[in-house]
Amino acid sequence: MEYGLKPLGREKFWFWVMLTPTLIGLTFGALGSILATLGLSLTHWDLLTPPTWAGLNNYIALFKNPAYLKALTNTFEFSVMYVPGVVIISLFVAVLMNRKIHGISIFRTIYFLPAVTSAVATALVWNMIYGRDTGILNFILNRIGQPSVCWLCTKNALMSVVVVNIWGAIGEGMIIFLAGLTAIPREYYEAATIDGAGLFNQFFSITLPLVTPSIFFQTLMSTINAFQAYDYIYMMTRQGQGDSSVPVVVFSIYRNAWNFFNYGGASAQAIELAVLVILLMAFYFWLERRYVVYE
Amino acid sequence: MTKTTQKILLDLVTYVLLIAGAVTMLAPFLWMVATSFKLPADQFTHTLIPNPATLDNFRKLFSFDLNFPRLFLNSTIISLLTVVGQLLTCAMAAFCFAVVKFRGRNLLFTFLLVTLMIPEQVTLIPNFIIFKYLHLVGTSVPLWLPAFWGGAFGTFLLRQYFLTIPRELLDAARVDGASLWQIFWRIYLPLGKPALAALSIFTFQGAWNDLLHPLVYMPTVPNTTLTVGLAFFQTQLTQGGRFTVLMAGALISILPLVLVFFFAQKQFIEGISLSGLKR
Repeated sequence: MEYGLKPLGREKFWFWVMLTPTLIGLTFGALGSILATLGLSLTHWDLLTPPTWAGLNNYIALFKNPAYLKALTNTFEFSVMYVPGVVIISLFVAVLMNRKIHGISIFRTIYFLPAVTSAVATALVWNMIYGRDTGILNFILNRIGQPSVCWLCTKNALMSVVVVNIWGAIGEGMIIFLAGLTAIPREYYEAATIDGAGLFNQFFSITLPLVTPSIFFQTLMSTINAFQAYDYIYMMTRQGQGDSSVPVVVFSIYRNAWNFFNYGGASAQAIELAVLVILLMAFYFWLERRYVVYE
Repeated sequence: MTKTTQKILLDLVTYVLLIAGAVTMLAPFLWMVATSFKLPADQFTHTLIPNPATLDNFRKLFSFDLNFPRLFLNSTIISLLTVVGQLLTCAMAAFCFAVVKFRGRNLLFTFLLVTLMIPEQVTLIPNFIIFKYLHLVGTSVPLWLPAFWGGAFGTFLLRQYFLTIPRELLDAARVDGASLWQIFWRIYLPLGKPALAALSIFTFQGAWNDLLHPLVYMPTVPNTTLTVGLAFFQTQLTQGGRFTVLMAGALISILPLVLVFFFAQKQFIEGISLSGLKR
């Protein structure tokens, strides 16, 4: 990493021209925004009247606010179902595709399609599929003699939305795992076969350890995505007056800021979300040092 | 069980599982296409082939007071400007990080990577307040302008690729008296095309599919993007029982990306592998 060209004379000017947008982004877009959000979280401000000092009141209020606690719980429940769901299913699909089979490019295209298209557009179809009286899912259930299920009622909504989120994320996970799997030398498997190791043995003693870097990466990305999940929640669980049957933290931030004009409270929620994500990342990197195998 | 029968059996299981999965991945799209060609009266029929089929829903989309063409145009302009901004600024920064030696390079790059983990929602509120005071809320400026101050993901992706370009090229160019800017413009940009293509696609996809930012900055129909527009029509059209028109809208909104994906699948997939593996 120590290699590099030194800018000479007038080139220094061009060097700064090239780096300046990023420097602006880092100082104002990233660092400045975080500090600003932190500052805002210590105020009461509706953007109409001048802000007033709130101290830690916004943070204290969060823990007494049942709507926020509900959103926090929903976010955790969402992540607990979503992250393992994405990681396990994409790994499974990638393992299947990594066997030498025909039509792999067709399969890859189809599995990746949901990851390309917008959640807004696909959520519209899922809403139809989940429909209570007219949906195709209940139609099939009725056909096999089961009663209809209200998929998007409060009781089932979180689960139904998680399923759709996983459906939309498998494509990307599959590509990450396929790249990891193809990097494993074939000789390892050949040697294991000669030694008489069965398929399950091969999976758990060769594939799984050697694919831990991809598992780590995918778990990290899925967790970040889970904590920021918004689109499907917004599209599938919205109720009258802009509420949601299963609000998550991002939903709550949006609602507090842009529906209730409580920018201080929303900022406090955003800061909490960031702190949570950062703590989780720190935990993951600690796990990585202990368990992830890099060749 | 002999080895060959075991292999055949295993292949069979693989195909059955993959096909079952493929049907699940594809079914919602088939349903979308099917419904968009049905008559409004047939919107809840459980058949995949519309009978009779009609183009009326698409016609309605463009004749209605929905102003669908305007939404489409807004999304296109915002997405293209975002791509331009990201390509330009990320490529320049990535070149600096990959090629130029300067003090604090590693520290700055680490700092950039850390910002990848910060949820966007943290920066949303102060940005909104600034744009509000600049009287730019309600215009498309807040949606594409930030693309012009770089980005951690794009810079990282391009830097990884730039690092794979042989140094000998650089040294030879330097011996020939090429300046820093010439090396960037004549060597790194042309050779970096695959990574630049991948970044363009990701950026376009992200901007085109974005819902949260347009909801904040352009919340009212018709002066908004496709995503917000569709979310708005959802409440409008489902109450009116016009799922067929809604599905036609959804279909048209995903069409550009699906086409790009079919033609540039390689870039998509290489881009993801590039961002995910080499650390």
